[in-house]
Amino acid sequence: MTPVAPGARAEAPPRPVAWPRLGGAALGRGLVTAYLSLIVLIPIAALVAQSIDGGLDGFWTAVTSPLAVSALKLTLISSAIVVAVNVVMGTAIAWVLVRDNFPGKAIVNSVIDLPFALPTIVAGITLLALYGTNSPVGIDIAFTRVGIVVALLFVTLPFVVRAVQPVLLELDQEMEEAAASLGAGPLTTFRRIIFPNLAPAILAGAALAFARAIGEFGSVLLISGNLPKTQVASLFIYAQIQSGNDTGAAAVSVTLLLIALVVLLVIGRLTHWTLRHDR
Amino acid sequence: MTAKRRPGRYGLRFVALGYLAMLLLIPIGMISYRAFEHGFAAARSSVTTPDALHAFYMTIVIAVIAVVANTIFGVGCALLLVRSNFRGKALLNAIIDVPFAISPVVVGLSLLLLYGRTGWFGDVFLNNGIQILFAMPGMVLATIFVSLPFVVREVVPVLHEIGDEQEQAAETLGANWWQTFRRITLPAIRWGVAYGVVLTTARALGEFGAVAVVSGRISGQTETATLWVAREFGQFNTTGAYTASLVLALIAVATLLAMNLFKRKEAS
Amino acid sequence: MRTSFWKPENLASRTAGGGSRRRVGRLALVTALSVAVGVGVAACGSSSSDSGGPINLVAYSTPETVYDKQLIPAFQKTSEGDGAKFSTSFGPSGDQSRAVAAGQPADVVHLSIEPDMQNLVDAGLVDSNWDQNQYHGIVQDSVVVFVVRKGNPKNIQTWDDLIKPGVEVVTPNVFSSGGAKWNILAAYGAQIEEGKSPTQALAFLKSLLEHAVAQPGSAGDALTTFTSGKGDVLLSYESDAIEAQRAGEDVEYVIPDDTILIETPAATTTDASTQAQDFLKFLWTPQAQQLWADGGYRPVNKSVLDKNKDKFPDPPGLFTVNDPSIGGWEKANTDFFDPTNGSVAKIEENLGVSTG
Repeated sequence: MTPVAPGARAEAPPRPVAWPRLGGAALGRGLVTAYLSLIVLIPIAALVAQSIDGGLDGFWTAVTSPLAVSALKLTLISSAIVVAVNVVMGTAIAWVLVRDNFPGKAIVNSVIDLPFALPTIVAGITLLALYGTNSPVGIDIAFTRVGIVVALLFVTLPFVVRAVQPVLLELDQEMEEAAASLGAGPLTTFRRIIFPNLAPAILAGAALAFARAIGEFGSVLLISGNLPKTQVASLFIYAQIQSGNDTGAAAVSVTLLLIALVVLLVIGRLTHWTLRHDR
Repeated sequence: MTAKRRPGRYGLRFVALGYLAMLLLIPIGMISYRAFEHGFAAARSSVTTPDALHAFYMTIVIAVIAVVANTIFGVGCALLLVRSNFRGKALLNAIIDVPFAISPVVVGLSLLLLYGRTGWFGDVFLNNGIQILFAMPGMVLATIFVSLPFVVREVVPVLHEIGDEQEQAAETLGANWWQTFRRITLPAIRWGVAYGVVLTTARALGEFGAVAVVSGRISGQTETATLWVAREFGQFNTTGAYTASLVLALIAVATLLAMNLFKRKEAS
Repeated sequence: MRTSFWKPENLASRTAGGGSRRRVGRLALVTALSVAVGVGVAACGSSSSDSGGPINLVAYSTPETVYDKQLIPAFQKTSEGDGAKFSTSFGPSGDQSRAVAAGQPADVVHLSIEPDMQNLVDAGLVDSNWDQNQYHGIVQDSVVVFVVRKGNPKNIQTWDDLIKPGVEVVTPNVFSSGGAKWNILAAYGAQIEEGKSPTQALAFLKSLLEHAVAQPGSAGDALTTFTSGKGDVLLSYESDAIEAQRAGEDVEYVIPDDTILIETPAATTTDASTQAQDFLKFLWTPQAQQLWADGGYRPVNKSVLDKNKDKFPDPPGLFTVNDPSIGGWEKANTDFFDPTNGSVAKIEENLGVSTG
């Protein structure tokens, strides 16, 4: 996949053209709006309305209840860890896939997208089979916070790799060679030449990985064991839905959604700024 | 120079591939082992029960509806975003990304709040005997929601890239917008569309959280393959759960192959 | 220079006055289309809820096998059940109750705890006199037992054995699973029966939940978690333990001296068909009660229960939810399970926060 953070798109200003001819655009705009309303906007409006059903006080009480706070905290901390690991490992994997050569590289390259194509519940069962209670390799991380992080690492793997890869492919190696010939070591070259060029892509990938991680449900469902200390936000919301506490579920949902949108927006701007700053 | 960096390179290769093996390959291998632990026949019979087959059927039907709807919407929306200018375009652009930022459980909850008995539209539909939740429509709506952005996001950059000179030329020669779209635009964006379709399919086939909330788990009726896997996992049918997981994983691999193919076509 | 071709004024000038009429037309078209989309989506969902449709059975997770393999086929062989079609849904009791309240089609509901049924009475979907029969609306019983590994390696016999150092407990999540609520009430009530004070009993609950290594969403998931190797003891329905043994799992179970009688209510919804009502009545017939017994559930029909006495020993300290130690469902539900102020919610909060 080609993850693109919103706002990170380099958009050429559209020229005023007569396409499609009369009638198309207004109709198209209407249809697009109607579709988005039906599918996305009205449901979210219902969600927001429910979250403030008991007034803003009710919203605040629900979000600051100890279990909600610990769920949100766990979600943010584990997502942050996941993003950090992804930034390092994702960049490393992209590097190996672009600059290294070894037999089977093409296969490894296509395997990267597997977590995206694999249903999340299958991902959860898969990890549980290997790293669960009956682990054949003797690693048991089921029902722990480590298990949650591993599940999130699994589902967010493609984001940074796929964001960095194309940039690395186009990066001019002459600069690096020049730096090396001027006596820069590999680390200095990476820090001064390569990293600044990759930064916007890494950021974009990290933002998407973070947004995905904080909302992830299927893969953590079985591995978390639903303990109070392993209950991430999506599981907390699910438990609240099941016990009929719609307002509590909606309030935490809205909080989660706001966090994701803010992160995507901020990183989008940041990427934009880095790009402009560079050029 | 290159010789000096060799050891580092091997180290990096080892770390990157080791990480992938631990996280991806070995777990997937484990699933196939668990599926066939009790023999091929046991694995086969565990996923060919009527309920299991119906679950796969549901998954496919829902995915097909979601893909068709989101492809038509996606191409139209991408054209709108790239080829015209209007107030609120930035907003539209942002809304399309919302499904990326929202947890599937939250999608399910929104639909529950909207179409549930006490929801905004609940009464209207239920009083007229129309079942939205705990039936196909709710599950389709949930799946369309989560897989909405992919076609748009794949087609937009392609449209930017191909520019509109040819479209303008066609118009100058008297082609109407449909002819222009069919003869010029569509052939140019087809691999982008195809790639978006594959991504949408993958997302739709694997959807779990959102449909889990709105399905009502009626065996043989509103259960998709992923829900079936989750339920069987809790019902002593671990062989069935693992085998169905393996089938879904194989579908995922087929999706990957299609992705690679389309990516290559798109590039060329 | 960015000029928008689609700005209304541009459009109007280009179409030389015809613009506004066209725009109205388009607007109408858009509206019509979006309505069509809505109706189209709705139409494929219209289900036939007439008398000719299937009996929608919505039940909690554990009796799935008994219903699918025994009760439904047996009912279909009776004259009332001739030609009856079923569509079944099994899941965590709280979740099932919530779904039916939100509009999931249901004719017969069988839940694991009374408050979940009360939800449906409150929603106007189940008649308030649903429990006005000789069995008080309860179709089968069970007791809370300790499921342990074969040979009982940790020698778990009493409630106090559960909170010994190093003992790992599996019990489902109280917020979704009815079985989990029974487990909590059994643990609490047993302490009271043993002469402890309510404060001491709550302290026991706290250490019990501290020993919990997993709290899966439903009793079924908890059993899978346990049989896959996690934990030393699973708190569970006796019926689930029997089923697990039958499925060839390497487990056995211990009935503690003091434990609670699990009573699971069933009812028909207000607009259930006659055949659905017949099915509910069928569940209380001696034939069906024997099928429940074969499936590991304790029959509520006295004579059938007596016939199966050897399978279901009576623990000396058996109590029910209505005994003074618990004080009935209404009190228990507020005192223990209220999501904000209940004592169990408070304990879980502390567990989540202290380790967070």
